[in-house]
Amino acid sequence: MNANEFDVIIIGGGITGAGTQRDCAMRGLRTLLIERSDIATGATGRNHGLLHSGARYAVNDPESAEECIRENRILRRIAAHCVDETDGLFITLPEDDLAYQQTFVDACRRADINAEIIDPDLARRMEPSVNPELIGAVKVPDGSVDPFRLCAANMLDAKLHGGQVRLHTEVTGFIREGNTIKGVHTHNHQTGEDADYYAPVTVNACGIWGHHMAEMAGVKVGMFPAKGALLIFAHRVNNVVINRCRKPSNADILVPGDTVCIIGTTSTRIPFEECDDVAVTPDEVTLLVTEGAKLAPSLSSTRILRAYAGVRPLVSADDDPSGRNISRGIVCLDHETRDGLKGFITITGGKLMTYRLMAEIATDMVCRKLAVDKACETAVVPLPGSEEGSYEEVAKKIWEAPTMAQKAAASRMGSRARRIRTGNKRDDALICECEEVSVGEINAAIDRMDVSTLTDLRRRTRVGMGTCQGEFCACRAAGLLAKAHGCIERERADLEDFLQERWKGNFPIGWGDTLREAEYTQWVYKHVLGL
Amino acid sequence: MKLQEYTESKHNFEECMKCTVCTAYCPVLQVNPLYPGPKQAGPDGERLRLKDPFFFNKALKYCLNCKRCEVACPSGVNVADLIQSARIKYDHTPPKLRDQLLASTDFMGKLARPFAPIVNGVTGLGVTKTALDWTLAIDHRRSFPKYSGRSFESWLKHRRKEQAAFPEQVAYFHGCYVNYNYPQLGKDLVKVLNALGVGVQLLEKEKCCGIAMITNGMSAQATKHAVHNVEQLRQAVVDKGLKVVTTSSTCTFTLRDEYPHLLGVDNASVRESLLLATRFIYEKLEKGATLRFKPDFHKKVAYHTPCHMEKMGWGIFSEKLLSMIPGVEFTLLDSNCCGIAGTYGFKKENYEVSQAIGEPLFAQIRSVNPDVVACDCETCKWQIEMSTGYTVMNPISILAEAIES
Repeated sequence: MNANEFDVIIIGGGITGAGTQRDCAMRGLRTLLIERSDIATGATGRNHGLLHSGARYAVNDPESAEECIRENRILRRIAAHCVDETDGLFITLPEDDLAYQQTFVDACRRADINAEIIDPDLARRMEPSVNPELIGAVKVPDGSVDPFRLCAANMLDAKLHGGQVRLHTEVTGFIREGNTIKGVHTHNHQTGEDADYYAPVTVNACGIWGHHMAEMAGVKVGMFPAKGALLIFAHRVNNVVINRCRKPSNADILVPGDTVCIIGTTSTRIPFEECDDVAVTPDEVTLLVTEGAKLAPSLSSTRILRAYAGVRPLVSADDDPSGRNISRGIVCLDHETRDGLKGFITITGGKLMTYRLMAEIATDMVCRKLAVDKACETAVVPLPGSEEGSYEEVAKKIWEAPTMAQKAAASRMGSRARRIRTGNKRDDALICECEEVSVGEINAAIDRMDVSTLTDLRRRTRVGMGTCQGEFCACRAAGLLAKAHGCIERERADLEDFLQERWKGNFPIGWGDTLREAEYTQWVYKHVLGL
Repeated sequence: MKLQEYTESKHNFEECMKCTVCTAYCPVLQVNPLYPGPKQAGPDGERLRLKDPFFFNKALKYCLNCKRCEVACPSGVNVADLIQSARIKYDHTPPKLRDQLLASTDFMGKLARPFAPIVNGVTGLGVTKTALDWTLAIDHRRSFPKYSGRSFESWLKHRRKEQAAFPEQVAYFHGCYVNYNYPQLGKDLVKVLNALGVGVQLLEKEKCCGIAMITNGMSAQATKHAVHNVEQLRQAVVDKGLKVVTTSSTCTFTLRDEYPHLLGVDNASVRESLLLATRFIYEKLEKGATLRFKPDFHKKVAYHTPCHMEKMGWGIFSEKLLSMIPGVEFTLLDSNCCGIAGTYGFKKENYEVSQAIGEPLFAQIRSVNPDVVACDCETCKWQIEMSTGYTVMNPISILAEAIES
């Protein structure tokens, strides 16, 4: 058996690809995942991080609602260290129709979502930041989920089951024999190497980029890029997800995620050419702040850390190339039955938090093609890091009296925090002071989690995600990376890219304290470090 | 529409630019590696605590509450307020008996005063200190402040008529120390103010400002004191139109700033009328009032600025007042914390840290070799006297000594 032969090749290192790789690997398949950039760089890392209860879809899309609540319950079990069980509120404001509340609650009940009408007073006590003008409130089992952590944990588990991962590697073409896809040509952007990989089945899990991937394979998947813009506030204003109890609209969800909270989103059709570099416009910022303040008035005076946008991979229902009939549900296409192209599957649509179900559907299809008869276990086997319960329990189990950084590490890595070297001055020194990331945690990520750039490191550890946006941590982390990779020049360029990328997110909201801080960062890097 | 015209956050923690100046100025961090430092304990930790109280770090108890981080901060972040607020909000460990005793300055004073000679004798004994060390973990190397047999309040009450005769009146918030331990400072203030034609009144009934309760995990009791005191101050300031003077920098700071910032007790109606006596007197002299000084007075005075004076920015008034006394040879000591921070230094676990923090100050005092160290804070006084052997006097007492009676 050749080292470049596999049972299945998965293209795309987002949550769908990572989840599919895990599922395939757990069913005993030899898997290879190829990602042209890093994990969670597309829509996976560019959304709210909302663990939907399904309530948002209950009225208009009951099927999605049912999927959501089922996966919601599963993720709480299998991905405990990625999930924050916050609960959620659907609030009715004076300008909203209170009659909608009953329609909403009835729809939730039909979808098996525990939606409970509560007194506005109770809602104000439950979430003190909520707009006090609210006239109605419904409590639902929403939560938040960290997409980077979830994606990394899936990929890690795939690797623990023998899977292989090639990051920063782009698929440049398909190896085709007649009407069968036999494998892929790839190019590694970092080493410059080209390589071919072979497998009887290739899964296209590229999100919006799946459109082009399908074209490259010679089939057409009608996708429609819809940009969604979001804002990150510098600290948690709310500890409970706040939604508007009305038909889904712009900027009507405020999600507390790790140390920040996120308002979003918008929905704008954009051309495919813009998918690689989406920018947030001033109008979107205004809309998000204005509408956000209706959910929690303090947002109008809370420091904003970043603005960012993702592109949803919306898919037109299969026989409607016009795109009028767009679904947000899961789409799994067998190109053999659909287009006569063997060995190629596209899995797309869906949502971050239904990734596991998407992966299960795709893996079932892969297994059918390979005649493998093994049941899916991803709904019951916890992800690595999630085996030992909440981070409070984990931290106390590992360290008798955990420090802040140890607690923070446990909250990011779950039980895998055990593997961090700690207990001495060198490993316990902080790299990121905003998010409490130690040298030991950074080195653990570099050693085990396929890190080649600072941005990769950020997605795995939250380095540079805090209020300072890399001001103090970036140069320190760069030092560790330079040491690990044995190249200072490469790291210097990487540091410049990283700071540029941080500034990109600061720019649309560049005022007040965020601007002061960005300017200070510039002094530090330009004038002190001579970058 | 003006988008986000201003941003705000509790104690300004989002204003933090991570410049780390606070950390460089923290006296604890230099000597105690267990303390995470003001930046981490304050604005950095706050974001994590807002996520989950689980991230509260008990090591925040090592904060002296000296507020030097706030003085250093170029962005106006109330770093120490963040730390103390977090302790109030998240640390629900019931205070130890020792901490309760140390914090109840008012209660202990009432208890000890009638038996002052016995109490003073007993607390000075080595055997008592050893016993307190063993039983309560109050460090045996500490000296205790002496109690006075007669309270200041009772002394001044006997002079009520005489004081009422002065054309101008002020109210005096004397604090526990003057009342129970050292009434002489109160008497000195009365002497100086009388010499300026100002009569001194008591508040109807003052209580301990409560700072020791705040820092010892007894914020509920401290809040009761605060509500009571603000009402007392309101009667003096609003009803009677009086200024209120004090002789303790920490009491003043607590009444003015800790009440609204840490306890959420609104003192806006009285805050601006609450002044340290040196400021009140300095401003009077500026406006033309005069004092008759002894012609042959001579003293070499080294002034130590207490941390809370630094925070209020009022050290300048005590300095100027002392340096204008004919015959005073004045040295301004470098701005360093003495390390005691109220009850902090009394605790066995803090003794070494406390002394290490104070060492640069002690060394400078020894090299200046003054006749007397001047300072507006009673706990600094205990610490400096115990650690250097030099006598420490409140600027008001030096002033009282320098003027003709």
